[in-house]
Amino acid sequence: MIDFLYSILVLGIPFSVSLLLASLGEMYNQRAGIFNLGCEGVMSMGAFVGFVIPYFLIRAGVESGIIYVLGIAGSLAAGALLGLFFGVVVITFKAPQGIAGIGLQMFGVGVAGTLFRHFIGGIASVPGIKPMPVPLLSKIPLVGNIFFNHSLIVYLALILVPVSAWVMNRSSWGLRVRACGTAPRAVDSVGISVDRVRYQSLAVGGALAGLAGAYLSLCQVKMFADTLISGRGFIAVALVYFGRWNPWGILWGALLFSVTQVLQLKIQTMGINVPYEFAVMLPYVLVIIVLTFSNKNFQLGPSSLGKAFDRENRL
Amino acid sequence: MTKQQFSLVYKTTVLLIAIAAAALLGAMVLWAIGAPVLKTFLVIFLEPLKSFYITTEVLIRLIPLVLIALGIAVAFRSGILNIGAEGQMLMGILGATIVATQMPGLPRFAIIPLSMIAGVIFGGAYGFIPGFLKAKLGVSELLSTVMLNYIAAQTYILCLRGPLIDPAELVTGSGTPQSIRFPRQAWLTRMVPGTRLHTGIIIALVLAVVIYFFLWRTSWGYKMRAAGAEAKAARYGGINVSAWLIIAMVISGAFAGLAGAVEVLGLHRRAIEGISMGYGFTGIVVALFGGLHPAGIVPSAFLFGLILVGGDMTQRMVGVPVNMVQVLQGIIILTIVSVKMVINNPYIMERAERRFNKSEHKKSEEAQA
Amino acid sequence: MERSEGRIHSLRVEGITKRFPGVLACDDISMAIGEHEILALVGENGAGKTTLMNILMGLYQPDEGSILINNEPVHFKSPRDAFEAGIGMVHQRYMLIPNLTVVENIALGMKEAHKKGVMKLGEVRRKMQEVSDNYGLHVDPEAYVWQLSVGEQQRVELVKTLCYGARFLILDEPTSALTPQETDELLVLLKNMSKQLSIIFISHKLQEVKTLSHKVSVLRHGRMTFSGDTEKYTPAELASFMTGTKVELPVNERIDMKGEAVLELKNLKARSDRGFFALDDLNLTVRAGEIVGLAGVSGNGQKELAEVINGIRRLEGGEIRFFGENIANLTPGKVIEKGMGYIPEDRNTEGIVPSFSIRENIILKDNTTGKYSKKRFLKLGTIAEVSDRLKEQFDIRCPNTTTAAGSLSGGNIQKVILAREIDRSPRFLVAVYPTRGLDMGAAEFIHQQLLELRNKGIGILLVSEELEEIMNLSDRIGIIYKGKIMDVLDGNTAEIKTLGLLMAGVKND
Repeated sequence: MIDFLYSILVLGIPFSVSLLLASLGEMYNQRAGIFNLGCEGVMSMGAFVGFVIPYFLIRAGVESGIIYVLGIAGSLAAGALLGLFFGVVVITFKAPQGIAGIGLQMFGVGVAGTLFRHFIGGIASVPGIKPMPVPLLSKIPLVGNIFFNHSLIVYLALILVPVSAWVMNRSSWGLRVRACGTAPRAVDSVGISVDRVRYQSLAVGGALAGLAGAYLSLCQVKMFADTLISGRGFIAVALVYFGRWNPWGILWGALLFSVTQVLQLKIQTMGINVPYEFAVMLPYVLVIIVLTFSNKNFQLGPSSLGKAFDRENRL
Repeated sequence: MTKQQFSLVYKTTVLLIAIAAAALLGAMVLWAIGAPVLKTFLVIFLEPLKSFYITTEVLIRLIPLVLIALGIAVAFRSGILNIGAEGQMLMGILGATIVATQMPGLPRFAIIPLSMIAGVIFGGAYGFIPGFLKAKLGVSELLSTVMLNYIAAQTYILCLRGPLIDPAELVTGSGTPQSIRFPRQAWLTRMVPGTRLHTGIIIALVLAVVIYFFLWRTSWGYKMRAAGAEAKAARYGGINVSAWLIIAMVISGAFAGLAGAVEVLGLHRRAIEGISMGYGFTGIVVALFGGLHPAGIVPSAFLFGLILVGGDMTQRMVGVPVNMVQVLQGIIILTIVSVKMVINNPYIMERAERRFNKSEHKKSEEAQA
Repeated sequence: MERSEGRIHSLRVEGITKRFPGVLACDDISMAIGEHEILALVGENGAGKTTLMNILMGLYQPDEGSILINNEPVHFKSPRDAFEAGIGMVHQRYMLIPNLTVVENIALGMKEAHKKGVMKLGEVRRKMQEVSDNYGLHVDPEAYVWQLSVGEQQRVELVKTLCYGARFLILDEPTSALTPQETDELLVLLKNMSKQLSIIFISHKLQEVKTLSHKVSVLRHGRMTFSGDTEKYTPAELASFMTGTKVELPVNERIDMKGEAVLELKNLKARSDRGFFALDDLNLTVRAGEIVGLAGVSGNGQKELAEVINGIRRLEGGEIRFFGENIANLTPGKVIEKGMGYIPEDRNTEGIVPSFSIRENIILKDNTTGKYSKKRFLKLGTIAEVSDRLKEQFDIRCPNTTTAAGSLSGGNIQKVILAREIDRSPRFLVAVYPTRGLDMGAAEFIHQQLLELRNKGIGILLVSEELEEIMNLSDRIGIIYKGKIMDVLDGNTAEIKTLGLLMAGVKND
């Protein structure tokens, strides 16, 4: 039994990282009042950029680890840029966010697919980022392997949880973000630009979604395909609701999902006869169930979520 | 310059700038892959119309697009954004396939309507789920429909691999997930010899007219539009908003389901993988581009049918991957929603007008000096 | 306090003009105010008072004109510039963030509260203490804003503005949500504060203007129509400056119609959106042919009461007898069928569907009845005819009846609602804040319509926070406080003072 749990947890944490990163990014957006349904597209671009840079550098004969640093940097930049681009549409032009998000998703997935088909074409892989065991800690039996034998991005993602909580609740910028998501008019009345705060949050959120994509293509599957993200972006958005806009809640949500995913893989390898398709469906069904039964009381949530702000519009 | 004149000039300018910006964005992607920009656009928008056969192929794509977009327009006008047409269409295909393959003895006049009704019911039921979740439990339809799309895709494949699989596939052992070929009497008539254009187009066009009357001439349509335009006011007016929301979603799903049934009966004549090929998402763009009105949806569906067919041709003719179609759709959505807001925001227009008048004023002063 | 040490000896605005789509909100306005002065800015709703103050705060940029402090022209690009100059404003709709604590709310706009990107809330608490000691304004820094009452929120706004170093205070209708007693307390506080500060005070209640201000300026349709010393003029004179011509609002003659009870509310219990009991054992009866005015500070259950009667909110206890029949918890549609008419509080998004044409709004409640439809098909011809007739009859000012209702002015929107409700010949009418925010002309028209309806023998429940409206129109006056009816007074003999005490929950036997 312990072996079983152990084997699930050992995979569960790395599986949760892409969801966790994307979902934290989406949290920054939503806390500032922007509902970014295009997360899927941003992740797709991040995954592609993060993959293609090391891929070509390896072909050019560069072998050092710097290629992955460049890939990650590229994915962060691509994500942030797409976030800002979305900002132009929903902040400056004040377009309705739900439908614009669908547009961003199509655009991001489409561009990543187009570039991929043109520059790479078929199945290609990179060696990917190697796990970096934490000295000493990784030697602890069981616990060491579960928590301290992963690639750097995993640690980074886990550290980002308390960091995000601190940023939201203790930093000046977090205060502004929270205020913009609830009462933008009040923020405006003290001379802080609502649009600027929202753009900033979109850049941060986009960068994190881009990183989430790069984690998939560089660490988790070590390859890229048009269908790599396959709904993870949407699940990440749903997790923000599940986590009540709170980093710790999001962490539990991401872990819950990845553990079900691993469980499903385990069940198959254990020879229990469940059709493969059922197993694939499971996380999506879980999202719907979670959304159905999660508490929808907005008292402490961002009550201006999804609403554009226009100072001179007095209605 | 009078206010009306300025408003006209302003709207035209915004529109032109938007088209230019959209084209530029598309062109940037094409430049990035080193494709000839102008030629690519020409291939997409003109090449298909050069041959009669390929033009009928465009019309074939128009059929599901019109049906899906009509459903999405009904939902949208009722205040719910249906992104789940993709899954509802697959369910419709399943429904039609079950009837057409399990009751092969039925005569033509029964099997076609029954298959279609099965498609409508399956699609409608699949639309009911997110509608119910939204209306009664406050679950965002944006997320639930997306999840249901993935679930539908798996269910569809599961059925084609399992209960509905063509026994021949099992015999040969290739195991391609597809159903048996439908009996001949279940096929929709091909209207023009030598092409694949089937009678589904008549269904699509007739339903466009029906939807127009339904939405704007009946009290049912009135109630739905009121619920979508301002739920609070509709509730105050005695309209059961959540019930109409569910009904709108069911109608929307039923149209997507019908699109699936028509597509499989008219074109493929057996259920195979990849029939929906993103029609559900393109349908959203079609509906928006058509102004959520049947009279706009039909031409808009033609345009996007063109893009789909043209997009297929770019790979061969200019080496642009077919994914470019998705890029264009994304750009078009982002452009439409932006333009709509900018044009309809009186505050932005008024500011532009004042700035314009001021600069005119300055110019005339300078001219006098 | 460093940044606002520079004192404001005088503040002047000259030739301020501001346009909004379709409205000239401020038209060449000039005025001046000196140190330790209280200037009252009065005018009807929509006269441009708030817009002018928003310009002063740097929230809006004027199209023309300039602002001068100590005779130096200043240019405020954002409220931050105005704070720097020592000007602060308490908006009518409070600018507080409900899900943050008081201290976080104040920290938001305070430079000293942030060091290297980290919040220093201790600094804010120190400053709050300072303000509290200086002016006698106490608030709990750790409370969440959504937990506070309206009066407490106003205090937070005042503290916030003072923490930002305001030497010059703008108050936009500070008494509109307060009980008469709370209002008195505020007036005393402001009087004291004016020893250290200058104050601009926006109001349309002339009694307050008389007691508090030194100078008064009147705005009408965006123009400054009058300026002078308050003590030289009577409230009546000021009122006539405000409205231009003297409008006599119609008064109920109170001839007893001896109608039978048509609406009986018994032991009503219902929850507010926030989950507490907004109606707590409420009893009230309205007879045919009488207007019962429901007086009270808003937020004491008025909205919930109207919604419960109309089936929009769930009733958790008690019964509603309408012509003898219990209509509690019927659907809104069923209540409408019974002949209930309802003018809702929120006219812009509840009373009308803003994107629909006037015609489409006229049929909102009758789209399935034989009046406007046949076998579920809309009778477009009839709808157009009736709408055109109502447009004339109710003097709805619009190009034609296919205009979107949301593009009309507040008064005309209210006329569309009234036209629809009255043309349905209701058996009863619930009217919630029917003239809030309207100019005198529109208010007069609406009052007349209500009285006509009453004289036809229809019962009316009139919810209002304007005591004058209640006193003019009501046969009987019920006073609502915390979801209960404190007392029901006779319209002929009720006095403002008694009403005020009852509205504050004080009952003297």
